[in-house]
Amino acid sequence: MNNDTMNNGVIIAGVNLLFNYAAGEAASRFLIALRDEKKIWGTRCPSCQRVLVPARSFCPRCFVDTTEWIEVGPTGTVSAFAPVFHLADPSGFGNPKGLSAALIRLDGADTALAHFIGETDAPQIGLRVVAVFAESRSGHILDIAYFKPA
Amino acid sequence: MKRVAVIGTGQTKHTKARDDVSQTELVREATTRALADAGITIHEVDAIVLSNMELFEGRALPEMWVGEGAGGYRKPVTKIATGGTSGTSACIAGYHQCASGLFDIVLVVGWEKHSEGATQTGMALTDPLWDRNVASGAVGNFALSISQYVAERGVTPQQAAKIAVKARRNAARNPNAHLQMDGITVEKVLESRMLADPVHLLDMCPQSDGACAVIYAAEDRAKKLCPRPAWVRAAVTRHDQPYIGDLDRRLVTMRTLRDAAREAYQRVGISEPLKEIDVAEIYEPVSYAELAWYEALGFCAEGEAGRLIDDGVTEMNGELPVNPSGGVLSTNPVGASGVIRVAEAAAQVMGRAGDHQVADVRLALATGYGVYAWSDVMILSAG
Repeated sequence: MNNDTMNNGVIIAGVNLLFNYAAGEAASRFLIALRDEKKIWGTRCPSCQRVLVPARSFCPRCFVDTTEWIEVGPTGTVSAFAPVFHLADPSGFGNPKGLSAALIRLDGADTALAHFIGETDAPQIGLRVVAVFAESRSGHILDIAYFKPA
Repeated sequence: MKRVAVIGTGQTKHTKARDDVSQTELVREATTRALADAGITIHEVDAIVLSNMELFEGRALPEMWVGEGAGGYRKPVTKIATGGTSGTSACIAGYHQCASGLFDIVLVVGWEKHSEGATQTGMALTDPLWDRNVASGAVGNFALSISQYVAERGVTPQQAAKIAVKARRNAARNPNAHLQMDGITVEKVLESRMLADPVHLLDMCPQSDGACAVIYAAEDRAKKLCPRPAWVRAAVTRHDQPYIGDLDRRLVTMRTLRDAAREAYQRVGISEPLKEIDVAEIYEPVSYAELAWYEALGFCAEGEAGRLIDDGVTEMNGELPVNPSGGVLSTNPVGASGVIRVAEAAAQVMGRAGDHQVADVRLALATGYGVYAWSDVMILSAG
């Protein structure tokens, strides 16, 4: 159905589409472990030995397949944070209320995970945190609801 | 490989909303002005490279719908997309086309009409697995890295605000700039609304409608067509990992820009960039980023960026004026923003920058920024 309108020479048009993104084998296993076991996994690069989180099938730096699955977290250390007070667009993206965006270096990992921290008024670099899993989980990065001070 | 120079540039007036023209017509405006500046007609253009952000206006294949505004009818037309770097990457691709000897005259056009789309949505429609639900669009994403930069370098909100003030005051002398704020002060920046601590509204770039075109000519044609062409001396692009958790303190290290600058300086033989470069047009999406770029570009030692702005070194009357045009902080039609950097750097070399002309420019630097996954560096010179 056409709901387009015109206002002073400007056409206002909308689309509502769904997409199907294949996660790939490594990300699928990572997300299923979040959902079914409340566990966080990384993969180790056999060349540089780094443990990459989220788990992935190859090391982007060494360009070789990862070979070993390593459980990491659920505790970790905040390496960056950003309290967000304003969302430029009411599109539904952005931080849930009361949470700050953060990068978290999980124990056992060599890369950081982009996520949220909550239950603290004073986020800071170096803060020790632990994952809080969502009650209802669907195989999604938000199966971890947020991280809270450990 | 042939020597190549910029022989003409053209920009629209950049503003919040150009409801009076379509995207195609906007592109045509910039193209027409660049052709006039170069003193040629569209019939002399051999190839065209376009730059525009995917999906910001909710329209796929923008190059197909808008290419005819750049005069693409029955010509070789391609589009380059590298995120925010797209404009400078298109300029680098256009340079390659011309330097290869395959084409004598190449036109590059970048554009964006932010007013037609939901830019925040465009930023958030990134990786659906890891980024989309936990990254907060451009502002929060920057703020994450700024928290690390501030912790490590100790730069102050006042020093960042000075960058924002410099940009908007410079823009007041640039008739094409979007935000022209002659009366802006450090206090006004710090009093503006907090978007994501420590980023205030006036620390951020705007969203603009606008287009910008650059015309290259190969050596013989450039000499015939232009009394003082801006010769391309280096054009370097670098890619890095896109996932924010993969890069160690990315604003502090800014590897892509550091690596691209090092290679560009090496090609030209620049050992002391602050002394040797006469003007720089750098892609600074947020005030804090300009401070970090000073370090990555070797304008100062690590941790000295705050002092550089405190001492006025990068002001219009300083040793190395940075962004006489007002930069991205004053004008940001993203797909055009990188092209504007190259056009402004070229105009400075050609002596055509009008009221924001820096005296006696022989060597000019232009950079592009595509989150942290890309950086571009171009160096232009009078000789």
